[in-house]
Amino acid sequence: MQRRHFLKNTMATGAVALAATSGLLVPLKVLAWNKEAFNAKDVQGAMKGSIGTELTTASDKITIKAPDIAENGAVVPVTISSTLSDVKSITIISEKNGTPLIAKFNLKGKAEAFVSTRIKMGKTSNVIAICESGGKFYSARKEVKVTIGGCGG
Amino acid sequence: MAKKSIKIRAKAKNGVVTVKALISHKMETGLRKDKKTGKVIPAHFIEAVDCDHNGTPVLNAEWGVAISKNPYLSFKFAGASGDTVKLTWKDNTGKSDTLETKVK
Repeated sequence: MQRRHFLKNTMATGAVALAATSGLLVPLKVLAWNKEAFNAKDVQGAMKGSIGTELTTASDKITIKAPDIAENGAVVPVTISSTLSDVKSITIISEKNGTPLIAKFNLKGKAEAFVSTRIKMGKTSNVIAICESGGKFYSARKEVKVTIGGCGG
Repeated sequence: MAKKSIKIRAKAKNGVVTVKALISHKMETGLRKDKKTGKVIPAHFIEAVDCDHNGTPVLNAEWGVAISKNPYLSFKFAGASGDTVKLTWKDNTGKSDTLETKVK
């Protein structure tokens, strides 16, 4: 009898562990603003917080369209597109911003690997784009020279 | 909210819908100081933008303070004209707005 009970218990906890690892808990993370990642002061922290790893593979299949020289760091147009298949998310990081993580775009369903927006940049630095495809992370970078900073404007 | 804060334009071409959206929001970083009083202006920015295509999500964006004032956002998905696109934003003070439009 006691053995039965034991088995039943372990199976129940096993199911919970499985639910946690299979990503059932992910929607909770999306609902709340990812404070830790957005407040991270360095690129490593920002990457770890947003995509869960700091290791990415450089890829030439990601295109960053941004000006070489931005006159106004408060408004830097950035367009990221990729020819990688099945891109799940696009993350934008500005290397030398006080808090480097700018945004993460989670693409669902029929969305194409394309995102365009305008960002603030504190000073001249690399813009890093990270695309998630097939469970792996690929990145590309482009330097943008900023003549007037966008923080504190 | 009396005045709509969102402008969307969605156009279909060869089975791909391109959405261009402008949101009017001040996107305050929380680092800037008021020039007269010297006090820090509290952070006030959009945290999340969700987009639905015919009721199914196509994009969930998580934003930080480094998105420019009056944010511009453009994205693409497979669709056709006549489909509906819904965009919703939520900021850190709990305010939100939503707008639904038809693809041209």
